[in-house]
Amino acid sequence: MSAFFLIDVLAVFLPLLGAAGAWFCGRRFGDRWAVMFSSIAVLLAALLSCVIFYQVAFEGAARAHHLLRWLDSGSLQANWAIRLDALSALMVLVVNIVSAMVHFYSFGYMKDDKSVPRFMAYLSLFTFFMLMLVTAQDLVQLFFGWEGVGLASYLLIGFYSRKESANQAAMKAFIVNRVGDFGFLLGIFGCYQLFGSLAFDDMNQIVPSFYHFAGREWPAGAVIAALFFMGAMGKSAQIGLHTWLPDAMEGPTPVSALIHAATMVTAGVFMLSRLSPLFEQAPVVLACITIIGALTALAGALMALVQFDIKRVIAYSTMSQLGYMVFAAGVSAYAVSMFHLVTHAFFKALLFLGAGCVIHAVAGVQDMRKMGGLCRVMPWTCGLMWIGALSLAGLGIEGLGGLSGFYSKDMILEAAFACGTGFGFFAYGTGLFVAFLTAFYSGRMLFMTFYGSAASAARHAHEAPLSMLLPLVPLALGALFAGWGMHGWFHSSQEESSLRLYLPLFFALSGFALSWYFYIRRPSLPAKFVQAVAYPYNIIVAKFYFDRLYNRIFVRALLRLGQLLWHRGDEQVIDRFGPDGVAVLARAAGARLRLLQSGYLYHYAACILLGVFLLISWVLWQRVGL
Amino acid sequence: MLEAIPLLSLLNAAPFLGFFAVFLFDDRHAKRVALFFAGLTAALALMVLAGFDPAGAPFQFVEKVPWITALGLSYHKGIDGISLWFVMLTVFLTPVAMMAGFAVKERTRLFMGLFLLLEAMILGVFTTLDLFLFYVFFEGVLIPMFFIIGLWGGEQRFYAAMKFFLYTFLGSVLMLLAVFVMILKTGSGDMTAMMGFAFPKELALFLWMGFFASFAIKTPMWPFHTWLPLAHVQAPTAGSVILAALLLKMGGYGFIRISLQMLPQASQVFAPLMIILSLVAIIYASLVALAQVDMKKLVAYSSVAHMGFMTLGIFSGTREGLEGAMMVMISHALVSAALFLGVGVLYERTHTRQIEAYGGVAQVMPHFAALMMVFFLAALGLPGTSGFVGEFLSLQGAWLYDGFVAFIAALGVILSASYMLWLYKRVFFGAVEKPLVRGLTDLGAREYVMLVPLMLFVLGMGLYPSFVRDVFAPSLMRVMEVWG
Repeated sequence: MSAFFLIDVLAVFLPLLGAAGAWFCGRRFGDRWAVMFSSIAVLLAALLSCVIFYQVAFEGAARAHHLLRWLDSGSLQANWAIRLDALSALMVLVVNIVSAMVHFYSFGYMKDDKSVPRFMAYLSLFTFFMLMLVTAQDLVQLFFGWEGVGLASYLLIGFYSRKESANQAAMKAFIVNRVGDFGFLLGIFGCYQLFGSLAFDDMNQIVPSFYHFAGREWPAGAVIAALFFMGAMGKSAQIGLHTWLPDAMEGPTPVSALIHAATMVTAGVFMLSRLSPLFEQAPVVLACITIIGALTALAGALMALVQFDIKRVIAYSTMSQLGYMVFAAGVSAYAVSMFHLVTHAFFKALLFLGAGCVIHAVAGVQDMRKMGGLCRVMPWTCGLMWIGALSLAGLGIEGLGGLSGFYSKDMILEAAFACGTGFGFFAYGTGLFVAFLTAFYSGRMLFMTFYGSAASAARHAHEAPLSMLLPLVPLALGALFAGWGMHGWFHSSQEESSLRLYLPLFFALSGFALSWYFYIRRPSLPAKFVQAVAYPYNIIVAKFYFDRLYNRIFVRALLRLGQLLWHRGDEQVIDRFGPDGVAVLARAAGARLRLLQSGYLYHYAACILLGVFLLISWVLWQRVGL
Repeated sequence: MLEAIPLLSLLNAAPFLGFFAVFLFDDRHAKRVALFFAGLTAALALMVLAGFDPAGAPFQFVEKVPWITALGLSYHKGIDGISLWFVMLTVFLTPVAMMAGFAVKERTRLFMGLFLLLEAMILGVFTTLDLFLFYVFFEGVLIPMFFIIGLWGGEQRFYAAMKFFLYTFLGSVLMLLAVFVMILKTGSGDMTAMMGFAFPKELALFLWMGFFASFAIKTPMWPFHTWLPLAHVQAPTAGSVILAALLLKMGGYGFIRISLQMLPQASQVFAPLMIILSLVAIIYASLVALAQVDMKKLVAYSSVAHMGFMTLGIFSGTREGLEGAMMVMISHALVSAALFLGVGVLYERTHTRQIEAYGGVAQVMPHFAALMMVFFLAALGLPGTSGFVGEFLSLQGAWLYDGFVAFIAALGVILSASYMLWLYKRVFFGAVEKPLVRGLTDLGAREYVMLVPLMLFVLGMGLYPSFVRDVFAPSLMRVMEVWG
């Protein structure tokens, strides 16, 4: 086992080294060295993770290394460790490859920025946290990576820290994620109580146990599973805790590609797979997961329809695709949900980086209405984006093959259908409809950006430099062939040939066709259509009122409560009746007592006489009484 | 060889000596002399740490000399794994606070002297094993602190100093009563003897309440916390550092050493009350922190919330919770010290603590911003920092006590992220718009020397807490034996 130790440690810690190197190199030797250092470190890690993946997946060399004690309190043990089994080796591979591409891409994209070293350091640091997350052996290290990637995301969303909106978005992302982490933490506590351990390996056996709360008994396993899912909802932007993801687009585009599309947001899906034994024991929770996943897929796709910001289209699309992954886990098809995670990482990173090329070409404009006709000036970007979009829409023919997204999405839908429950069927139906929406908004994005007449921002556009196009090539290859290459491992259902299997293709094609009709054939149609359906349209544009609602019931109410407790609680109750009250009382008593000190001798003499009289009578009374 | 040297007495005497020695020099040299004595104390403390055997006797480096034999009082010193870390914190943070005090321009000699006196008193609290002496030191701490706030404080310094003094003094009167009853009951002031002594149940309840009054005010627990924000706002930076980092810990130390170890049954009776007060403190103080407009007050209220996690851990009655409480205290000492130093760094340059006066500080003070980010993250309990370890274990203890308690307390985790990040955003991020901010200069050498070691400890404890925990764990096991 220890023969692998060096490779494994390097694959995880090289990005950390890269981060430190970028931070310090950049300061001393300039931006170029910071980029080179961190990019090469992550590239090496990516190469090593290919080796690791080969060993683990094909040679069966799963392994775990204990590095250091961390938390240690009685039977509560948590260790720093590297655990590489099929699941984590796959994640390490995806994270390192996408990260390496994004590192190289950033070289071109961030060229004119002033704080390139800081950017590269954050990017590499993120990669390290993500690797710690996926190679964890127990819940606490998972949580370490979990909050660590949250931190990196916070730093990168707020990278342009002069911009108020960026700072706001960064803070929102962290705090909304903390709401999810609140559930995660409680889940960890529950696990420790239930299993007496925090290691994943000890969580397979289920101890039937109950919590007493509010006069009822709650199955412990289900409570814990629900708490963990709350954590997953935050990180994977499931509906209810999704509000941070679109705002996260304030960060530089490479960040959106790596963190808010390919890797970090999929941590929740990874967690569902990692803790699958726990979820399998809680069918009620699985049903909720299915429903929430399906609703997220739907809501994300609907909101993607109405965006004009190219990055926000892709961001909502990510939310929608995460919904697919989550409901796949909800119908117990964990492997399939991981499969979609991998293919999604490739085509979504491709789309985002492609969008970055576009934004770079049109001098920072993100509004698609100001673009158009870019296909002629940037054909390479256009072609790569087409690959990504077609893969996202899941184009392919059953039995013949297709792009990566086709395989994974198809399997998810099949798994939902095969699940047999009403929830599964609901997810299947929703998934099909969302496939249509996906194709529509993908087509809409491409047609608005690359075709039609060139609008204001598109006049001086130019093709992206080679340094930005080249990193897209491996991603495009992944988007084209990863599904074809990998679907054998995940394949489950029996070969059945029915017309139903062609439904996804039908929906995808009609989505593209309709978007072509709307945006190329009859460009005046969308505006009319919007007028016709103004009411639902406005609800979607208002993002289903989530932000407004949260702002009112949480942000403002809590702030007001804080002020109330401060002024009314601390100042007017505690101080008034506490220390200040005592002080006032003491002063008042002093003022009264002062009256006794009149200075007249006969007053004092009378007092003395009275005292002596009382003393004597008390003594006498005591004697007589006894 | 080490046994022959009365190390603890030397440790305690060094700052006392320094207090007098400082007055032999003029203002210019006073700083160096004071630092020398603080360094000497730290060196002695390191010898204690090196000589301490966690697996050895419960109390080590014991010295005992009879004093008032009629009452069984003696000069009795000794430390265990619990007090050892408080001693280490004291000797480490006192020089840091002194360096922060280098900015003080008037009556430097007295200022430095008072910090040495303060250090001596605090070390007395943590190293004494005689209950009467414990009381004397516990109250003695008030005197230098009273003068530090009253002489070098802000505009409301007299009110703040008096409030601080009266509040804590009120608690100590009740404690004094309890101390005397306990000494008379057991026939000596020996704290180790009291740990096994079976006090009558009703009496124990009254004694417990006497100590509670003092410790709850010191900690401070809700609703005895209102002196703290005021004292912090008015105190000079160096005073705030010691106040938050060390004085508050005397409350937690007292709860463990006296309430739990000497009055375990009474502690069990009162545990539900303590849990409720802790929960209120966490939520209430966090919400109030959210509403603050003064940086120092915000940090002060966050201290109240953090101490809520500490008392929650202690009275959860679990080993995880108790160890968590220790970790919370050690971590909070480092983090709150750093946060107050950070506020001081800005205050020295701008003379305002109002949050709205800042914005975009990260642009002009990038190194300072990066350093403070670490402490902010530790304050909100990010894994990998010291703040996480204690909070996690305390909450785990709370969950084992009752899931619902952990549920409420964990809401504090969301709130702490909210008020810390919002503060960071308002102060450090954004465009540089105010002329006040434009003129700022990044950290100087003295400020690096104060902050960087703190950062290393915060990260070190977050990544490998065992080096701290392995020392105090056996001592806490002994506490658990009587109380768990």
